Amino acid sequence: MKKAKLALENGIVVEGISFGADGEAGGEVVFNTALTGYQEIITDPSYKGQILIFTNPLIGNYGVNYEDVESKSPQIAGLVVYEISKFYSNWRAVGSLEDYLRKHGVVGIADVDTRFLVRQIRDKGAMRGVISTVDLCDQSLIAKAREVPKMSGLDLASSVTTDESFFFNKDDGSKFFVVIYDFGVKLNIMRSLKNLGCDVFVVPANADADDVLSLNPDGVVLSNGPGDPSALTYAVRNVKKIIGRKPILGICLGHQILALAIGGRTYKMKFGHRGSNHPVKNLISGGIEITSQNHGFAVDPDSMKEKDVEITHISLNDGTVEGMRLKNFPAFSVQYHPEASPGPHDSSYVFKDFVRMIESLKY
Amino acid sequence: MKTDIKSVLIIGSGPIVVGQACEFDYSGTQACKVLKNHGLRVILVNNNPATIMTDPEFADATYLEPLTPYFLEEIIKKEKPDALLPTLGGQTALNLAVQLHELGILEKYGVKLIGSSIEAIKKAEDRELFKKSMEKIGLKVPESAFVKTVEDGLKFAERIGFPLILRPSFTLGGTGGAVAYDFDDLKRKLEKALIESPIRKVLIEQSLIGWKEYELEVMRDRKDNFIVVCSIENFHPMGIHTGDSITVAPAQTLTDKEYQRLRDYAKMIMSEIGVETGGANIQFAIHPENGEVFVIEMNPRVSRSSALASKATGFPIAKIATLLALGYTLDEIPNDITKKTLASFEPSIDYCVVKIPRWDFEKFKEVDDTLGVQMKSIGEVMAIGRNFKSAFQKAIRSLEIDRFGLGCDGKDEIQNFEGDGALKRKIVERLKQNKWDNIFWIRYAFMSGMSVDEVYELTKIDRWFLYNLREIVEIENELRKIPDIFKLADENPSLAREIILRAKKNGFSDKQLAFIWGRTESEIRDLRKKLNIIPVYKTVDTCAAEFESYTPYFYSSYDLENESIPTDKRKVLIIGSGPNRIGQGIEFDYANVHAVFALKEEGYETIMINCNPETVSTDYDTADRLYFEPITFEDVMNIVELEKPDGVIISFGGQTPLKLAKVFKANGVKILGTSPESIDIAEDRGKFTKLLDELGINYPACGYARTIDEAVEIANMIGFPVLVRPSYVLGGRAMKIIYSKDSLVDYLKNEIKISQENPILIDQFLEDAFEYDVDAICDGERVLVMGIMEHIEEAGIHSGDSSCIFPPIMAEDDTIEKMIEYTQKISLALKVVGLINIQFAEKDGVVYVLEANPRSSRTVPFISKATGIPFAKIATKLLVKSSDAVIDEFGLYDFNFRNLRIKACKAPVFSFSKFPNVNVFLGPEMRSTGEVIGLSYSFGESFAKAQIGAGNLLPTSGAVLISVNDRDKNQKVLKIANEFVNLGFKIIATDGTAKFLRSNGIYAEKVYKVNEGHPDIVDYIREGKINFIINTPLGEASRFDEFAIGRNAVKYKIPFVTTLSAGLSAVEAIKKLRQGNLTIKSLQEYHTEIKFEIMK
Repeated sequence: MKKAKLALENGIVVEGISFGADGEAGGEVVFNTALTGYQEIITDPSYKGQILIFTNPLIGNYGVNYEDVESKSPQIAGLVVYEISKFYSNWRAVGSLEDYLRKHGVVGIADVDTRFLVRQIRDKGAMRGVISTVDLCDQSLIAKAREVPKMSGLDLASSVTTDESFFFNKDDGSKFFVVIYDFGVKLNIMRSLKNLGCDVFVVPANADADDVLSLNPDGVVLSNGPGDPSALTYAVRNVKKIIGRKPILGICLGHQILALAIGGRTYKMKFGHRGSNHPVKNLISGGIEITSQNHGFAVDPDSMKEKDVEITHISLNDGTVEGMRLKNFPAFSVQYHPEASPGPHDSSYVFKDFVRMIESLKY
Repeated sequence: MKTDIKSVLIIGSGPIVVGQACEFDYSGTQACKVLKNHGLRVILVNNNPATIMTDPEFADATYLEPLTPYFLEEIIKKEKPDALLPTLGGQTALNLAVQLHELGILEKYGVKLIGSSIEAIKKAEDRELFKKSMEKIGLKVPESAFVKTVEDGLKFAERIGFPLILRPSFTLGGTGGAVAYDFDDLKRKLEKALIESPIRKVLIEQSLIGWKEYELEVMRDRKDNFIVVCSIENFHPMGIHTGDSITVAPAQTLTDKEYQRLRDYAKMIMSEIGVETGGANIQFAIHPENGEVFVIEMNPRVSRSSALASKATGFPIAKIATLLALGYTLDEIPNDITKKTLASFEPSIDYCVVKIPRWDFEKFKEVDDTLGVQMKSIGEVMAIGRNFKSAFQKAIRSLEIDRFGLGCDGKDEIQNFEGDGALKRKIVERLKQNKWDNIFWIRYAFMSGMSVDEVYELTKIDRWFLYNLREIVEIENELRKIPDIFKLADENPSLAREIILRAKKNGFSDKQLAFIWGRTESEIRDLRKKLNIIPVYKTVDTCAAEFESYTPYFYSSYDLENESIPTDKRKVLIIGSGPNRIGQGIEFDYANVHAVFALKEEGYETIMINCNPETVSTDYDTADRLYFEPITFEDVMNIVELEKPDGVIISFGGQTPLKLAKVFKANGVKILGTSPESIDIAEDRGKFTKLLDELGINYPACGYARTIDEAVEIANMIGFPVLVRPSYVLGGRAMKIIYSKDSLVDYLKNEIKISQENPILIDQFLEDAFEYDVDAICDGERVLVMGIMEHIEEAGIHSGDSSCIFPPIMAEDDTIEKMIEYTQKISLALKVVGLINIQFAEKDGVVYVLEANPRSSRTVPFISKATGIPFAKIATKLLVKSSDAVIDEFGLYDFNFRNLRIKACKAPVFSFSKFPNVNVFLGPEMRSTGEVIGLSYSFGESFAKAQIGAGNLLPTSGAVLISVNDRDKNQKVLKIANEFVNLGFKIIATDGTAKFLRSNGIYAEKVYKVNEGHPDIVDYIREGKINFIINTPLGEASRFDEFAIGRNAVKYKIPFVTTLSAGLSAVEAIKKLRQGNLTIKSLQEYHTEIKFEIMK
């Protein structure tokens, strides 16, 4: 069994067993509390630049399959688990998680006290860290952890966005035509829109608003994605132009960009929200949705006070903003992931609301 | 306040039976607390005296009356509750609610149902309606049909084929459920199933045997907010009742897509069935090869699985369900554990939970120990570990079946795996049958080189679980390769540490390591500590550490960070009683919970360790700190060393903690209460009889034998009949009354293995003696006799299976005085500090001591309920403060149970209907699973209530069948028969008995015995011609007849008694029932009166 180590910037180093690829990887260390859906999570582009800890101690049990991916390959910088299952059992499985990660060059460490690490992050905030199978010197690893770029101010969307625009499973019979700004879009956002009769055209993060408007879409979706929204000045500029011209749906990073576009502020959270059990209150309906979340930044509600915007959703865990809608324009956004995958389907109505909005404006 | 309701009636689940255990005490207690905290008047009905919920402080009016519509109506009439909350008392409460509705009683008295609606209950419980509902929302349920006759069932089978599952409607724990493999089989099993169903309706269902089985524990509020509290995956596939399956939380082998599909279905089901304010449990089956999903069933109430899910996640389902019933929504309820977040979320857990049922097949030798659709387990354990392997091995050692993990503990049936195909064939044969101990055979399979796939084909247990079991075996094999771990520890301590640490992380116990390496447990423990391999404790916090938690609820793991930081308060560790089993049930958890309450009042920090998820003691609200851990020396000692308590209490949790007395003493742990030496004297027959000799107290002649010859010699000396048993037993295991030398030899050869290490005890059997149980408290100098319970049945029946009356009604004053005197002498001689229970027998005016147990007894809660005096609490306080202060606190200056006017009757409850082929006659081996109480001011009425409460619905008219053995053809039976005649009953008797009665001037209709011709007894029973049966066993002679009578009485639910004393009592009871006008009084009312009586 090959050894690996994980070092955090606060000087904590834990030793474990290597799995996945050999090598070294740095990133912001974050944790996700979902009990299922590891394949969706590790392939979610929003995790770019992050070393992920699963709080679920038993990972890999059902292997990996072809369908449960949110992008072409794993996006995480590294993976930390308590126990990696060497064996998988599920009728859809085509291989083991370990092989999958190895194939895609993702470094993993197992057999460490993940709960201890989570408590560190919970108490001290998200930290930078390094996993290595090649350098097992504590001091060196700590130094490397401190060299990892800080998440604040980081534009990671540009590193995960598509190079070229493309149609997602083009279907000429679709009722609506929707453009998605790809800041790191999850496949299930595309699938969800597709299933509601939208033809989905995906454009790069830096696509010019005028070009997008010239396509005359029925609506524009600002996708999820990694990194600090405030670093995406180009995106904010583009979105400003689209507001009022086309219906907008913002999801996660897209929600933050929409907030910035109307003059709001975002901030880095202590350790963010990552999991499939986050209760969100819909302030309009009064109902509660159990949501899938993955964000380290949030919209500052104080910065929204003077704006023509209504906070529509809040987190029941900590009161943070989870959704908003513009009062004067057809645009709304959610901080959580209505496309789920992984996570409960309580919020799938968000896409329906968006399509309804498109429809009402179209006809 | 969310509601205009001012008073709520809660129905408890009654006695413990297979399928309905103390989880409903846990849920009911939580509900009572919530309602009281909301200022509502709580009216509780539950006739199980051993529950915490029936402690008078948990409700405003507590009725220990039988759970029947008659008594419920009387209580409703008297108390006029605004609402009825029926979802916390298991199937019993739900069924009663439906009955009360159907009888128009709820409507008549304007009682509103909360927590569920009749429509929802019916839609979920009535399978036809359920099936329709599922079809309506597009969900699949197994192909099935409801049948009311055997003919219809056969027609269905012609269409669908075999195997088929039979499930009677409205039953507990799948009673009467069975799998039919062919037409003959179906005919037989369907007949039984129809009888089991109170509405004579049975679901015949396409079999999904071998499919994966899942459960979701879900909640929904009135605003349609829905959460999944916990997903549970069954280790065992479909075909084995969930209650008998090993289960794992969270689900381990489902992708998010598959899991979310179940979640979506669950949400649709909740809304279709209409569960609007509460919790439910929904079961699914998934095809292992293509993922096809079937809905199996839904319980629209708090269930056994809810208790498990609550303990597994820290999310208190019963409490939240009660709040939802009051009209709260999930986002209005705080999460107790994190304080900052709300109940409207889905718990995330960062550990693995394994539940293993606890069976008691050794009590029921006649029972087929194959697991199937009918639940057979009596209790369960839960274990928490960071991985499946550790949780699984911990769960095995929690079972207290003398196993210390997945084998390699020296107890394996097969030790040598070399060689031929015969072994493999044997393993294959075993794995084909679903025996409870198959997990050990899976180990043998892997030891002998079988593959995961081969084992899968035989068991259909998911390969992931099997792979994990194989990993345990692989680790074992690696450990075996190390010739001398001690040498290695000297030469290369870090390698030795790594090896042992890996074993510990995967759940290996010190005992297993000791066995593998040929050392003692303490040597391994010392080495482990030397290498700094000690467990840390992690918190169960509902949220996988995302938020800070404020409830010290822990489990052990061998990881880096310890979260359990001991306080510097004065503290006491209370050791739990482990899984429910026959002989050690809820009564001991009751006493432990009282110990916790008492110590809290005295300002001590209380630390509880237990592994039974059904209990109140494992509620994180009960003790200050809770460790969910196995109760073995290793696990308990680890906690002792961390917490360093000022003392440990072992005398309240039954035999489980008591077993640790010696090792605790050897390790310098301070035991509060009676010393281990005294416990040893009481348990060691030799030492104890010596003490009795010194005190001049009589006891039945007895002796130890280590060989068959010795046994025969002793028995001859004492004289037959003798009572024989292995020493150190629980609940009279393998105990037997033997009338002759031949049967003694047979018993020693075939039933118990006598040996030098396993001596047997032979006692003189005091035939026809009266028996008594005495409970007392002693502070080392003074003795307070709490009460004397007079057994209704004569000697020879285990005290746990006897009915009894308190205070005594027949005993002579002299006898009582003698028992009090002896109790005082023995308690003082043993220097008892705390509780003691002594069993006496009286024959021809001589009082004998049968045994003494210096610990809390099964009857402590019973006496406490009858007197209103919390004796367990008092006994606890004696351990930490002066007895004068305790006497002052409880006003016990002149307590004398003989002044009591109340008559409390206890009746045992059996789960015979769950165990076909079990003999219903009582004997020295305990077989009851629970008990009920009957309260009033007369013996007859209390006995009647206890019998009715126990399900023995005494008739007030009709025909009584009398069939007695020759010894019982006496004045007593004549008296009984005469009384019945006077009451207008018709007497039916078997040949001999009929002749005897006729020759004494009592007319009895003769009925054929089985095989004498038709119509015989069984025909009569089947045709409803018999309303009550008195049948005393013939001893060792032909039991066939008795067996048939007993089983058919159970089958057709005809009340019966098997002793003349019980028959006589039944006459008294029937007289009272015919008079009507029964006492309906709350415990609080009785207790107020008693306060005056004892102050006289």
